[in-house]
Amino acid sequence: MAVTLGTAGELTRRRFASLGRPALIASTLVAGGLTLIAVIGPWIAPYDPDATDVLAAHQGPGARHLLGTDSLGRDILSRALAGARLSFAGPAVIMLISTILGTALAIFSAWHGGRVDRMVNRLLNVMFSVPGVLVAVLSSAVFGSGFWAPVLALGVVYLPYMARVVRSVAVRERHRGYVESLQLAGMSSWRICLRHLVPNVLPIVTAQGTYGFGSALADFAAVSFLGLGIQPPAAEWGVMVSEGRSELLDGALQQSLSAGTLIVVTVVAFNVLGAQLSSRSGGRR
Amino acid sequence: MTPAPLFRIQDLHVRLRHRGGERTLVREVSLSVRSGQSVGLVGESGSGKSVSIKAAMRLLPRGTRAEGRIAFDGGDVLTLGRRELARYRSREVALIHQDPRAHINPTRTVGAFLTEGVVHTGQMNRAEATERACALMADVGITDAARRLHQYPHQLSGGLLQRVMIVAALLPSPRLIFADEPTTALDVTVQSDVMAILLEQIRERQVSMLFVTHDLDLAAAVTDRLAVMYAGSIVETGPSAEISARPLHPYTAGLLQCRPSTAEVKRLTAIPGRPVAAHEAGTGCSFAPRCPFAVERCRAERPHDRSIEGRTVACHRVEEIADRLEERAS
Repeated sequence: MAVTLGTAGELTRRRFASLGRPALIASTLVAGGLTLIAVIGPWIAPYDPDATDVLAAHQGPGARHLLGTDSLGRDILSRALAGARLSFAGPAVIMLISTILGTALAIFSAWHGGRVDRMVNRLLNVMFSVPGVLVAVLSSAVFGSGFWAPVLALGVVYLPYMARVVRSVAVRERHRGYVESLQLAGMSSWRICLRHLVPNVLPIVTAQGTYGFGSALADFAAVSFLGLGIQPPAAEWGVMVSEGRSELLDGALQQSLSAGTLIVVTVVAFNVLGAQLSSRSGGRR
Repeated sequence: MTPAPLFRIQDLHVRLRHRGGERTLVREVSLSVRSGQSVGLVGESGSGKSVSIKAAMRLLPRGTRAEGRIAFDGGDVLTLGRRELARYRSREVALIHQDPRAHINPTRTVGAFLTEGVVHTGQMNRAEATERACALMADVGITDAARRLHQYPHQLSGGLLQRVMIVAALLPSPRLIFADEPTTALDVTVQSDVMAILLEQIRERQVSMLFVTHDLDLAAAVTDRLAVMYAGSIVETGPSAEISARPLHPYTAGLLQCRPSTAEVKRLTAIPGRPVAAHEAGTGCSFAPRCPFAVERCRAERPHDRSIEGRTVACHRVEEIADRLEERAS
């Protein structure tokens, strides 16, 4: 959920960061592998993820269907592989929005300092206080369910996390001597920000973006799970967890369990990777 | 009549807003630099020399206010508009800092650093800038310039990086260079090299220099005129050689007395007391509490500049004590 940066979240993050090099390698492999699946998933799926086969419904894991089939006889493995694309596309767009807007706001705030900086900080504090999933649910309620309503809402919800972290690094960079030298050399504020400050805060932007991606994926899946994001019969992990609920009563765990496991593994992999990157970027002491 | 100086500070006051009131950082500073001349501005930490330079570059931080007149080539620096200020800063004057490493973007190459400014302001195109940078690098004794251009700041030593800074300062062909303790952060063995290179370059190009340092001997050796600062004010101005040979202000004399000598082994002396900031100075002479010649008048009344022996000295008793100072300093 979006509360990952609270006190508990911060502790988790420190713990993730202290795991060291093996964690960096492992999380890179897992996150990279899952991202690859998100790209090529639909092509490597053994069956058509949307093809129903009522005669083969409710099958347990077996040789023909490695993870079994759901109530409509669709191959769960194929749906999980193909669903990775939508499950990743949501957080990818969320992070794209929050990263671009958040970084821009952070640089703007750091550059001007003083009153502007205080106002921006106050604005960020207000934004922090709004629960993310609630905003996404409201957005779906107002603009209709689907991909874009929750994604745009979460993009704004994730903005302050990016902005706060990047601002702290940008403030430090802004007061380094080289910025003054560039000003003296006759360069405009725009040029200094875009060509010097932005590249120099990119490491922390990347780290925070990676960290946030995991949390955004969980939030996006949660909205779909609630029935307000991606709609069935489309294959998406949140939708799969939701659809598998009715089968739980019959003792068929595989659909909810496989999609749920994928969500958890992805979130952890990206969170660990993000914490590792940020502890290595010099952005955090 | 002598021509008007290239750069002139007249009656400069710098004040800082502080807890509702104001604190004076620099008081009544006047000094001028003629074309091709180098002037030394000497003083302890906190005496206001760097603040004066910052004021001259219009780089004072928020909350500070500069009053008085700073003229460059007849124009008033303090009232320059945005465009004129950018032009003044990027083409007319240049600043060399104490710590070169802090003033270069560590993630960009030396070549990008050197050429970006002059290309951006349209003074030359990239090829010309690179070519001129290479030539200047050779002039300041950087071998293998073409390779250095592709290196990052962390691959260069402090001395080398300061030479790069000298190249950066000279590249836009400025008429005046502010050198703010350019050798202080360097290794002692490198200091004299860098200083010699800087001097050679500015003399060759007829560039004026305002050299800020706390090293009175160094300043006297490399400049034509000296201005000695104490507690935000200039206490003595005059030709460098004369000041170091015959100081007329007790503070200058005290500084000269403090320097170690290689000719004889003796205990290092120090001026008693501690340096005061401009805002701590009372109504009298700010040096009075530490001055061995101070009398009642010194503590009560701020001394005005007096002209004596072709110099300007801010001391009530300069005529009486001039000869005694010379004895003490030698």
